[in-house]
Amino acid sequence: MTETGYNFAYLDEATKRMIRRAILKAVAIPGHQVPFGGREMPLPYGWGTGGIQVTASLIGRDDVLKVIDQGADDTTNAVSIRRFFARVAGVATTERTAAATIIQTRHRIPETPLREGQILVYQVPMPEPLFRLEPRVAETRRLHALADYGLMQVKLYEDIARLGHVGLSYNYPVMVNHRYLMSPSPIPAFDNPKMHRMPALQVFGAGREKRIYAVPPYTAVHSLDFEDHPFRPIRADARCALCGSDASYLDEVVTDDAGGRLFVCSDTDYCGERQARQRRGEAA
Amino acid sequence: MYVAVKGGERAISHAHAWLAALRRGEAAVPELELAQIREQLGLAVDRVMAEGACHDPDLAALAIKQACGDLIEAAFLLRAYRTTLPRFGASLPLDTARMRLWRRVSATYKDLPGGQLLGPTFDYTHRLLDFSLAAPGAPPPAPAEEACAAAAAAPRVSDLLADEGLMQPEPRAESEPPDLTRQPLACPAARPLRLQALARGDEGFLLALGYSTQRGYGNAHPFVGEIRQGAVAVEFTPPELGFPVQIGEITVTECQMVNQFLGSRTEPPQFTRGYGLVFGRGERKAMAMALVDRALRAGELGEEVTAPAQDQEFVLYHADNVEATGFVEHLKLPHHVDFQSELENLRGIRAAAQAAAATLPEAAE
Repeated sequence: MTETGYNFAYLDEATKRMIRRAILKAVAIPGHQVPFGGREMPLPYGWGTGGIQVTASLIGRDDVLKVIDQGADDTTNAVSIRRFFARVAGVATTERTAAATIIQTRHRIPETPLREGQILVYQVPMPEPLFRLEPRVAETRRLHALADYGLMQVKLYEDIARLGHVGLSYNYPVMVNHRYLMSPSPIPAFDNPKMHRMPALQVFGAGREKRIYAVPPYTAVHSLDFEDHPFRPIRADARCALCGSDASYLDEVVTDDAGGRLFVCSDTDYCGERQARQRRGEAA
Repeated sequence: MYVAVKGGERAISHAHAWLAALRRGEAAVPELELAQIREQLGLAVDRVMAEGACHDPDLAALAIKQACGDLIEAAFLLRAYRTTLPRFGASLPLDTARMRLWRRVSATYKDLPGGQLLGPTFDYTHRLLDFSLAAPGAPPPAPAEEACAAAAAAPRVSDLLADEGLMQPEPRAESEPPDLTRQPLACPAARPLRLQALARGDEGFLLALGYSTQRGYGNAHPFVGEIRQGAVAVEFTPPELGFPVQIGEITVTECQMVNQFLGSRTEPPQFTRGYGLVFGRGERKAMAMALVDRALRAGELGEEVTAPAQDQEFVLYHADNVEATGFVEHLKLPHHVDFQSELENLRGIRAAAQAAAATLPEAAE
């Protein structure tokens, strides 16, 4: 199954070791962005090269890999990345959250709570949480060193003053271990609370920007907010049309051109599991 | 309906099969051979080697064929191949003074030791479509012997100026230069790293930036001191031998721009250098690179940094077309999870505003 001519999981062993060192440093300093010698990958920048390099460095022959994009296993880019690892590493793949040892994700955290020993690998487009407020990397590094996050606090305050609440609905900045401001990647703010004290290791890979950062298991992760304006996760006020869930994150599906709408779970594995259980007559 | 937004294995393999058919085009037309691309589309091959940062004309030709002629896609294919190659060492610095010249022009001197050598160039052609090329014909005669007689001794123009003390000397690097493909870019970046980024940067981006310095965005007063193009030996010192051996010859184009510098408190007025070097015959790129290199030296020369071309972070973080195309094109990946939260957010704001508007008149009563 493995393509001849390439090392196990594509990257050469020296590169994997370099990336693992970066991951170890990232784990040791939760939320801190560690520069690493990102390599060109055979998939385009912006399509998950950071996540792929992290996964390629972590994966072993006994691992079981799950890849999701927008919460779903069957979106084209998830299919493409899963195929890539099946091709260059020959590892087992799964769509079951519970069965996976490594889950690579773009834009979502699975609804099923993760457990110890699992690794969640995020694909990150812009690792710098402050980049819209300060585009200069040299300057943002200084701000992180000084833990000077006034720029972001003022931005949130201005949102509240103008809109009545924070205007961010995804890629909502979080404070990790009470020290580093971190981009959770463009997951919906709805998913932010799942990061807090998660039993699984969370590793973030940004290929184009050549940064890796991590949240070790059971680390405090707080979405930025104010006492009188607490953080509020956003979710469509509806039930899933397929499994009836009123707690999962929903995709809105346009069903006709007369305003018809349907809401379904974004997490296809979670939704499928619930439907299977309902068919078996168990309590959902 | 729900299924329609999902991709899946079958859609991908069908799409790729379709692309393969489009790549081949009309089956009655003979298929392109790599040698034809390498020999007859040489400037495309050169550009792909430069931006793919890998000198291999055959692989570049293959990448161009596979990419259906999309040169950025071809550079990307070559990069993704290059990155898997083991790195066994670094060559000695190329000695472009010993280049086997095809072309050598200086705009700063009417004549100079070694002479002006026009070489194969589009310069001075009339850009009229040559309809005789539309049909195959006999190969043109080989160039005249005297036209390709390599200049015996052609000292570099920058060295001539340096001998007079008019050219700012380049400091010799004491340490091994950093390697952009092994360590991530960090700003402020020293010149070796900047030149690496520019050498593999997008020709169009550098062209526009170089052009902007001529139009007042950055205080440039450039002269083409010299452009030289030709074959240069690549030498490598195997550790077990301990002395350098020539391992091949590559074609490069080098451009040295001479720029005015009025001096500072510590340095006398003199000329400063903008440097460009690219694989193959990428002369436009070499010139643009030299302009941008000089613009990026503004900070270290104590000049005011006001223009985009002088801004290291702006130039270096956006010059790589493989990075740029990936990130721009990733916008076509699904983003509906984030868009959903934006929808809810916007609806919430509008509902709140409407509710506030509805209560206001009552309050006035």
